[in-house]
Amino acid sequence: MIREALFVSAILFSIGVLGVLTRRNALILFMCVELMLNAVNLSFIALSRLHGVSGQVFVLFVMTVAAAEAAVGLAIVLSVFRHYRTVDLGRIRLLRG
Amino acid sequence: MGTFYTVHFWLFSAMAIIAALAMVTRRNPVAAALWLVNVMFALAALYVMLGANFLGAVQVLVYAGAIMVVFVFVVMLLNLGENDVKERRSMGAALAASIIAGLLAAELLYVIRSQPLSSAPLLPVDEDALAPMANSLFTEHLVAFEVTSVLLLVAVVGAVVLAKRSQFANEARS
Repeated sequence: MIREALFVSAILFSIGVLGVLTRRNALILFMCVELMLNAVNLSFIALSRLHGVSGQVFVLFVMTVAAAEAAVGLAIVLSVFRHYRTVDLGRIRLLRG
Repeated sequence: MGTFYTVHFWLFSAMAIIAALAMVTRRNPVAAALWLVNVMFALAALYVMLGANFLGAVQVLVYAGAIMVVFVFVVMLLNLGENDVKERRSMGAALAASIIAGLLAAELLYVIRSQPLSSAPLLPVDEDALAPMANSLFTEHLVAFEVTSVLLLVAVVGAVVLAKRSQFANEARS
């Protein structure tokens, strides 16, 4: 089952990459990043069946960092929205030159 | 591993993958968020099937419960509809993105296939898995744990500072 779980994790991670590359809505982009973090968590948990409980401890850390990232990231989206009135990443291009 | 186990493993795997694909393709952010909740529930089931019962519960509580509520809350706060963001990438860009993601998937699957995983014996699932995990968390990973608490504090303060309206903007408005 470990190998199959790793397969599922790889596919989910690739779907997350696909979303990050194609979507322009900043909120959906964040959701795709969360999906990638979840895929990595799945492989940590699968491999913890082979290598001991440290993998599960690491998943706890990843979840904490993901929560912090979601809070700060959404606050950034909120303040960008106040300034530009949009979350369209194609229209937020101050640094593009 | 019995047939019952295998069938349910693939059921939840398929559920996760289909919901993830649906999430990536939805135009409406609320629909995308709900599909992501679906992915997280399926993953929680997979965690339990892999012997991580506590993390399955945490997944439902923290990810599906807390983080996704924050997402939906922000979507509702910004009052975003389907047509507020123009997904106007060209077909070429979408094709290139699909090729890159497909290549990544193929590469990962190839690497996983070539690993001699099945030769190693599986560790037994501990029914009371919380105790070894807590032991590891509070001894081996104690520094990381403490640093994480500082990180959460910084994130809370940072989120409040970023999301609050600046005094300058208020004065300009009034």
